Amino acid sequence: MAKLVAMRGNEAVAYAAKYARVEVVAAYPITPQTIIVEKIDELISKGEMDAEMIHVESEHSALAATYGAASGGVRAFTATSSHGLMYMYEVLWWTAGSRIPVVMAVVTRAIGPPWNIHVSHEDILATRDTGWLVSMAENNQEAFDLTIQMFRITEDPRVYLPGIIGLDGFILSHTVEPVELPDQETVDEFLPPRRQPYIMEPGEPKAMGNLVPDEYFEELRMDMQQSMENAVRVIREVGKEYAKYFGRDYSSLIECYKCSDADYIVAGTGSWMGDAKIAADKLREKGYRVGVMRLRWIRPFPWRDVREAAMSKKAVIVMDRSLSTGHAGPLFLELSSALEAKPSMIGVPAGIGGVDISYDDIALFTEKAIQLVEERGRVYIPAMWYHLGKIFPTYPSSDVKLD
Amino acid sequence: MSESRSRRSGLAVVDPGGHKLPLSLAGPGAMGKTGYWRTQRPVVNVEKCTGCYLCWLYCPDNVIEMVPGKGPRGQDIPVIDYEYCKGCGVCAAACPVKAIDMVDESKFLEKKG
Repeated sequence: MAKLVAMRGNEAVAYAAKYARVEVVAAYPITPQTIIVEKIDELISKGEMDAEMIHVESEHSALAATYGAASGGVRAFTATSSHGLMYMYEVLWWTAGSRIPVVMAVVTRAIGPPWNIHVSHEDILATRDTGWLVSMAENNQEAFDLTIQMFRITEDPRVYLPGIIGLDGFILSHTVEPVELPDQETVDEFLPPRRQPYIMEPGEPKAMGNLVPDEYFEELRMDMQQSMENAVRVIREVGKEYAKYFGRDYSSLIECYKCSDADYIVAGTGSWMGDAKIAADKLREKGYRVGVMRLRWIRPFPWRDVREAAMSKKAVIVMDRSLSTGHAGPLFLELSSALEAKPSMIGVPAGIGGVDISYDDIALFTEKAIQLVEERGRVYIPAMWYHLGKIFPTYPSSDVKLD
Repeated sequence: MSESRSRRSGLAVVDPGGHKLPLSLAGPGAMGKTGYWRTQRPVVNVEKCTGCYLCWLYCPDNVIEMVPGKGPRGQDIPVIDYEYCKGCGVCAAACPVKAIDMVDESKFLEKKG
């Protein structure tokens, strides 16, 4: 019997790793590590989870050990955050380039200095180019569900790439919400035994990652791009299948809330998109037709879905909990490019370093953006910073009137 | 597991699903014919060679084969596979009787032309 349990996002992800029958977990236990691996350690020591926990000397080693175990043929998992993820960055490329399925949870947090342990998306969005699949949960249930699905997606022979589940630091990782835990038998039925393209083992000698001709190197990257393309289909299939087993549908890479009749779309990713939905409702009471488009997947980037949902709108207001300093938020850049900036595009960096953003804040800057579009016509504003109730255009040239 | 069915097509190791993999299997030339990297060619003087096997032992690329009894004094002599020899000169440095000369590759090009 499935049961509803109150738990933090950290525990939800740890339980998902247990239900997926993960066999090896490697972690470096220091800030900014999360309670995910602590909980897994607890489940192992209580005998509830049959896995090996390797305590290593750094995050670089944590992912290297996880990836090594996975190369050896077992389902392996790790979790990290912020600086830990930065320290892993080299091994992220190695894992993806080796085509070894590995699943990792990233509790999204700011990168210092100064020191900050609260939510920001700089860390997870820095993984965009590495060849990992990247998803973002809106709530703890979704963090659990995406983790289970991620094993099946990454181990699909059409994909064979590692995957990250992102969940917002503190807002999800340390907040208690009801999470439905399924039966182990149902998860076993849903999740087939592990598959991977090759196993590093004695008896069949081979070298991984040695020097290859440049042309072959490029062809490997072309294959990864094709696999990302395949992953779009696999994510949809697996999400649909998940609904059959567990009653929650993940067949879409984006979530649209009241988008169909909307003139204005608020777009973004992560937990604050729940607040954006409330803000949309509040703005609708004021007569603005606002919808919300939440990116559940960052890689593969769901550009087709985005175009379908938002191409014909008057404006897209992109909430970015991250900034590519010197330009704009990464999601603003990706969405502007997918939409050819045909709607007015307004990027709103906000909530960086865990600054609290409520639905009232979102309603406030969204209304401001809408008024701007109504006054001036089509605009392109990469970074209209929202900070403590005020708008800060970061540089005058950013306010470009198009026609 | 699909590994045993992995096939080698040209330089690429491809899994049954068609993914190209960053693997190389035991055998010559994962990087192709590396002989063209060479700027200097080791040339064996079989008159001087004593058949001691040191060049064979030291060659980092495993491109020296010892041919038994083919030397002028009936000694074993090294034969170098120039398709893969990168011309590093380790064999020449290791030879105790200086029986291997490193000759500029351009000399061989000139002869051809």
